[in-house]
Amino acid sequence: MADPTASTTRVTAAGSPGATAAAGGDDGAAATDGGAASSPPEDVVTFTLDGRTVTAPKGEMLIAAAERAGTFIPRFCYHPRMASVGVCRMCLVEVSGPRGATLQPSCFVEVAEGAEVTTDSPKVKKAQDGVLEFLLVNHPLDCPVCDKGGECPLQDQTLAYGPGESRFVEEKRHFEKPIPISELVLLDRERCIQCSRCTRFAAEVAGEAQIDFAGRGELLEVATFPDHPFTSYFSGNTVQICPVGALTAAPYRFSARPWDLDQVESTCTTCAVGCRVAVQSSANRVTRLLGIDADPVNHGWLCDKGRFAYETVNGDQRLTEPLVRKDGRLVAVSWHEALAAAAAGLKAAAARAGDARRARSVGVLGGARLTNEAAYLWTRLAKGVLGTDSVDAQMADGLPGDLVAGLPRATIDEMVAADTVVVISGDLREELPVLFLRLLGAARAGKVSVIELAPQRSAITPSAAVSLRYRPGDVAAVARALVDDGAPVPDGIDPTALGRARELAGAPRVVVVLGRPTIAEHEGLVADAALTLTAALPGVRFLPALRRGNVHGAIDMGMAPGLLPGRVGLEEGRAWFAEAWGSVPSERGLDARAMLAALAGDDPGKPEALVVLGADPLSDFPDRAMAERALDAAGFLVAVASTPGPVVDRADVVLPAAAAHERAGTTTNVEGRVSRVAQKLVPPGQAWADWMIAVELAAHIGTELAPESVAAAWDEIERVAPAHRGLTHAMLDARGAEDGVVVPLGPGPARRPAPALLDPIAFPGIESVERQGAPPRAGLAEPPAPAPAPATGATPGTGAETEPEGTARPPILALPAGVDAPHVAPTDAYTHRLTVGRRLYDLGDAVSSSPSLARLVEATALRVSPHDLDDLGVGPGDRIRLRTATTSIDVEVDVDPMLPRKVVAADWNVPLGEVTAGVLVDGRHPVVEVRLESIP
Amino acid sequence: MTGEPPPTPAAAPVPAPAVRTRKAGGHLTPEVLDQARQLIALYPEPRSALIPLCHLAQGQDGWLCPDAIVEIADLVGLTPAEVRGTASFYDMLHTEPVGTYVVSVCTNIACLLRGAEELLEHAGASLGIGVGGTTTDGTITLEEAECLADCDRAPCVQVNHRYVGAQTPESFDRLVADLRAGARDGEVPRHGTLIRVRRSGGLRVGRDRIAAERAAMAEAKARRAAEAEKGDH
Ligand code: SF4
Ligand code: SF4
Ligand code: FES
Ligand code: FES
Repeated sequence: MADPTASTTRVTAAGSPGATAAAGGDDGAAATDGGAASSPPEDVVTFTLDGRTVTAPKGEMLIAAAERAGTFIPRFCYHPRMASVGVCRMCLVEVSGPRGATLQPSCFVEVAEGAEVTTDSPKVKKAQDGVLEFLLVNHPLDCPVCDKGGECPLQDQTLAYGPGESRFVEEKRHFEKPIPISELVLLDRERCIQCSRCTRFAAEVAGEAQIDFAGRGELLEVATFPDHPFTSYFSGNTVQICPVGALTAAPYRFSARPWDLDQVESTCTTCAVGCRVAVQSSANRVTRLLGIDADPVNHGWLCDKGRFAYETVNGDQRLTEPLVRKDGRLVAVSWHEALAAAAAGLKAAAARAGDARRARSVGVLGGARLTNEAAYLWTRLAKGVLGTDSVDAQMADGLPGDLVAGLPRATIDEMVAADTVVVISGDLREELPVLFLRLLGAARAGKVSVIELAPQRSAITPSAAVSLRYRPGDVAAVARALVDDGAPVPDGIDPTALGRARELAGAPRVVVVLGRPTIAEHEGLVADAALTLTAALPGVRFLPALRRGNVHGAIDMGMAPGLLPGRVGLEEGRAWFAEAWGSVPSERGLDARAMLAALAGDDPGKPEALVVLGADPLSDFPDRAMAERALDAAGFLVAVASTPGPVVDRADVVLPAAAAHERAGTTTNVEGRVSRVAQKLVPPGQAWADWMIAVELAAHIGTELAPESVAAAWDEIERVAPAHRGLTHAMLDARGAEDGVVVPLGPGPARRPAPALLDPIAFPGIESVERQGAPPRAGLAEPPAPAPAPATGATPGTGAETEPEGTARPPILALPAGVDAPHVAPTDAYTHRLTVGRRLYDLGDAVSSSPSLARLVEATALRVSPHDLDDLGVGPGDRIRLRTATTSIDVEVDVDPMLPRKVVAADWNVPLGEVTAGVLVDGRHPVVEVRLESIP
Repeated sequence: MTGEPPPTPAAAPVPAPAVRTRKAGGHLTPEVLDQARQLIALYPEPRSALIPLCHLAQGQDGWLCPDAIVEIADLVGLTPAEVRGTASFYDMLHTEPVGTYVVSVCTNIACLLRGAEELLEHAGASLGIGVGGTTTDGTITLEEAECLADCDRAPCVQVNHRYVGAQTPESFDRLVADLRAGARDGEVPRHGTLIRVRRSGGLRVGRDRIAAERAAMAEAKARRAAEAEKGDH
């Protein structure tokens, strides 16, 4: 059992939890420096704490100030990331006042000048005894069968502060236990101590109070409303912060005892937010993920997809041996044979293409699943060895790689500290869930004004200052109208709203969250909108909202046509990389859309072979039919994958790859923040880490790629990639760098605040496990040593063979001057435009191979505006026929009053009738036009 | 050995899950809905109208049924869990069905001394139900109450929140018979609540008055802000 008193000094040693506690879950303030030292004197108060003189910033809660000063006050309801409520009374201390010293809840009292605070008097001790005795009156004390046993703040604090004996002999209250409150979370009401952490999290942080207290007094219980389960995407966080075993997660219950778990600190790569996690495992299986409080990123929160998708890794649907197609069947072979087959096939493809088409000879699709090191080596293999530039980590569902590489970047902290945030993206709650939490917090606190540009409503809509609903195809025109009073206003845009948006966009600090508002709109149009905004708004910065895993790292490592590692353009970096690598592609290659279109259309310029790196074009590429034809038409197909799927089914060679938590390296998030991912498991069977596959495949092709370890790969990146210059792997490994480092490094030595140590009561589970195993930050015994300063400007003195000499290091890419945005033809009166948004729980691999999540995929209907529904003469629940230029399907309709007229909405990669929206999108057109007909 | 991989899971047809949440709307009658909207308009924040809206809905149905809760939540921008959470705090809001008449017997100190316990026991026995129960014909729900502020006429009894004076076991039986026979209809409303709206025969606030009050409120707010600003310098 962890003893919280023992952890006290360690928690406070680094002195940072208090800084965030002062902000009380308040996003904007968290971005600023909350330390007392940097505050002007008038904002500092001085008081005595157990006889010592202590200073704290004005407005800070006593409990947080005491903690920074090295005194841990026990608590249950207080949580540093949420507003105080003072309901549990565990934190009572004596505070002097005009009427003498009184007991006051230290989580609910601000520090006051001259106050005398006593935390260890007999009176305080008696109060703690009393509170704990009361809390235990109705507590079932079923610790031996409780999941929280061993990491339970109630257990721990009872041991440290409790009376040791109860005078209560009456019958305890009884409830049915446990009851499911969602597919993922179960509630044991007998164990609940009514601290309201879970209900406050749901209302305050997640913004959807699907759970709340019901009843009163002794019968108070946490409850959902009948038929309205706790479906929040963030429900798992309540399990993590519940200070008792009242809330348990279905996938973890009864699967382990905390003291049997072993853990490492890592980064979630399920999406591109890059939340910090503690990965806990037992017997080479992940048992659970817990959120770690990384101040610049996730504040301790995770989404349920990130938290539970580890089931995929544990699953039995894993590829464990290399396969080669022989006589039409995939046959298990040795790695050597599979690599030789792959190398031969790729070489033959290059030969077929000839020198003239060498830069397009082989297509490499995918890469967002890779670590930075693996992405770099695969880029080097494709661009430096095979000489092809047709490499694309995205599936035409993101943004052009050179645009992303060139955008002036914002961090998440800068986003929540901006005046105005322009969201040109799909629903962030569905795509980048914890980024959504950060934005929601800032918007609800009135710190930022959100302008939303999207065809359909999203979870941020209720908190947005202005929502501009546009028809797919108009995004660039709306952006122009937003910054230019003279520009024509596209149809359907409300002039008043536009006027208000223009005002807000004129604010000094504007951050644009740039993604794809709808997949059924060409990315070139969004790129055009972005360029319009950069030209018109000086100082505007961007958070590119690309969603998939390490897609940002893949782009930074050059996995896009026309790009080279370190955010360098192919032409600008040609000389530098030719020297480092021996050769670079002769010309720009094809992107995913062009590759698949060329293959599907049997175009003479098509790639002669395709390497698919852990991607599934069938469900990720917008036009499913085109992707299917393209894969079928690929002359030679190599699949590097960890689970089977349609690509593996069609592949000539299958190379089994390690999955998340099975490989070490680094990952890059939406901000360009590079952080460590740790290996916790041994990959199953003969699966290899992707970086090793690249190195070995290159060797079979006849080129040795130097790195023989992940660290060596990073060294090479640091040497050759301009944007990563100076970020040595020693810096990344330094204590204090756990929260990651944003590239490119600014001038001067890197100053990073030491990451907060975890408060074991705020984030139970991590601390107690740490005592047994490898330390994450939760248990650092001494303050983290400052990371070594980068050698700014100086040449790294490693002198390795790949360090180019005599060639100037190429500059980091600037924004392209223009993009070729496709022309969108006006529609006629009978045509609707389709908008397609994403859902967090979709039919993609992460969800469908995690049994707990797969159940959460919902069937959807086509959403239509009330006007259009009237025109059709049908109502919600009726079926209609939807016709596109190439296909026609019958679907159920639902009404969506927030949709503009003549726009119909569907969701991506979830069941839509018997199909998915992928069949409706025609990859050859910039928008998708559909007609609605009643079914005869 | 062949390593033909298992069939693709993503290709398997996905069974359509059932619709999980009930949709809001359509439960409150148009008149009640209209009153609800007027009440909401009285406050700067819609959620401030929550309790009055609960009373309205209870006035319509006799209790706060789930459909009403969902509709109220939608009207005031809360979740149904929050509405139920609030409603379940108050004894006068019923989140379970009740009989046409809710009979509350006070057992607090004054009434206790005047025989409330015996009265409650008698009531339970003669109605054939326990405290909190409803008679099988759906007429009477028996409730034990804390002080109802009618101590001078102890033991105090209320029916649908209307005082019916001190009761003895005998008078209680007569009261029940009267209620069943509809003889008290003039005095005790069916499914009544304490809400002012009901007593005055409905909310009669004109739209212009609401607009005027709102304008005055905004003006006052601006004035306070301006004063605060001045104070800062
Ligand atoms: S369920 Fe847990 S978090 Fe929620 S109120 Fe009860 S003890 Fe607190
Ligand atoms: S938001 Fe993204 S990075 Fe964070 S837990 Fe969810 S999937 Fe993982
Ligand atoms: S009252 Fe302060 S921690 Fe609960
Ligand atoms: S004690 Fe019964 S009404 Fe006051």
